[in-house]
Amino acid sequence: MTTLDFRNVTKRYRVRGSGDMLALDDVSFSLTSGQTIALVGQSGSGKSTIAKILTQLERATSGEVLLDGEPIPHRGPGLRRYRQRVRMVFQDPFASLNPYHTIRHHLERPLRLDKVVPADQVEDEVRALLTRVRLDPDATIDRRPHELSGGQRQRVAIARALASRPELLIADEPVSMLDVSIRLGVLNLLADLQRESNLGVLYITHDLATARHFSDEIMVLHHGVVVERGPADDVILRAQHEYTRALRGASPDPDKHFADPSGRAVTRS
Amino acid sequence: MTTETLLTVDDFSVVYDVDPPVEAVRHVSLALRRGEILGLAGESGCGKTTLAYGIQRLLKPPAVITSGRAVLHDESGEDIDINALDADAMRAFRWDKVSMVFQGAMNALNPVASIGRQLEDVFLTHRPSMGRAERREECAGLLDLVGVGRERMRSYPHELSGGMRQRVMIAMAMALRPQLMIMDEPTTALDVLVQREILEQISDLRSKLGFSVIFITHDLPLLLEISDRIAVMKDGVIVELASALDIYSDAQHEYTRKLLSSFPSLTGERGDFIRGSESQEAAL
Repeated sequence: MTTLDFRNVTKRYRVRGSGDMLALDDVSFSLTSGQTIALVGQSGSGKSTIAKILTQLERATSGEVLLDGEPIPHRGPGLRRYRQRVRMVFQDPFASLNPYHTIRHHLERPLRLDKVVPADQVEDEVRALLTRVRLDPDATIDRRPHELSGGQRQRVAIARALASRPELLIADEPVSMLDVSIRLGVLNLLADLQRESNLGVLYITHDLATARHFSDEIMVLHHGVVVERGPADDVILRAQHEYTRALRGASPDPDKHFADPSGRAVTRS
Repeated sequence: MTTETLLTVDDFSVVYDVDPPVEAVRHVSLALRRGEILGLAGESGCGKTTLAYGIQRLLKPPAVITSGRAVLHDESGEDIDINALDADAMRAFRWDKVSMVFQGAMNALNPVASIGRQLEDVFLTHRPSMGRAERREECAGLLDLVGVGRERMRSYPHELSGGMRQRVMIAMAMALRPQLMIMDEPTTALDVLVQREILEQISDLRSKLGFSVIFITHDLPLLLEISDRIAVMKDGVIVELASALDIYSDAQHEYTRKLLSSFPSLTGERGDFIRGSESQEAAL
């Protein structure tokens, strides 16, 4: 059981000429194995700052981040070990894969660098990873990113994140760049993998509908402050905070739109 | 909205003349009513943007219009065959009769000119006889109309938020009171609160000014809320065209139903999103 604790984290950015910008204001939460937390909020709310601190691309101004009770090392082998355990899936599969390299190369690198398996088993492990993300190894392994569709590329990116057998996964808008008809396929895959490997997932998104169905808990971030958190259905269906209600009211909801005055929704055949 | 037709697209085809040729739009016919918001839904590569550009002859080689025509039934009573216009007539036609809000339009503003000046350019080009004071007043009025406010006339694009810049683009597209505005993913880059404000504004202005809108996006739930009718496009063909309510409650084409089920409901059932079961292989 792995637990990541984000404790009273505050992040200020220096902005030239206009004082400091408070990106996160005393944010605390914990993420454990097997749990999915969705982090929702509009642009500028601080979602990505949390992801950057979790991956140590940025350092918190105050507060601490603990993995199983230990502070995250800021450099050296300790940081490398941490990044092996907590992995990131990025938003844009068109930008996060290197166009010069084959899929094999993308998946071999973390396996070799983190010495996940002995050298003579790397090829088998690459194939196993591709199978896990429901890609056909023979058809994919020697391709380059541009030869794959967006959904296939994102599957490769997920396979790469899984290569070093992480315990926690940070997924920053993992499907927002994909075509709508393949989004659920990729989210369902993430949900399956999460269950198979008992992963903890932080799902960062602005899409309330998928946040509700994909996660156990939702945290709503507004101007760097967590304004509401709780079980997914409670936060969406029985929102307490005004900002959560505003977000929900602004999200397209055809079911409500077509509901007739008596309150019954028009049935979708 | 009336039953009067504003735009007739008849047997319209566009081919990208590369090797092998790509038939991006295949024999599309549709009739747009005056004052109607028509949603054009589909995924990347389905031809929705090519169709919208093709209607206004904005396509560049290797795109070729291989068949069909688009006719605008002008409010003067004249029928304008857009394919038949010569260069000067085309230039006068664009923006005056049909204007467009482009994808990522908020990044289309000139960074080194104030937004007032950029708005004035529209009138300088299309209404050269208009006096300076009148022109300024028109621009200020437009900024008020879209909720940016006339006091921002002298602002530069970087001084405005993404949502404000998108409103400026809408103001610009409305400047000449066109009868049709084509909007290509106008709110995709904005977050939901700003998106909602802009959509409400478009609806209000449509009721006030009576123009028609072709609204292009992949976001079907959004289209269901704002459109009168929705056309669903796939592989260059409109597979279904019906009222928003019919699309929602009685979709006929399998692809429409697939698109609908791709969006889990915010407040209702999960649809195809089945957490904890096998992924759909078909999703690839």
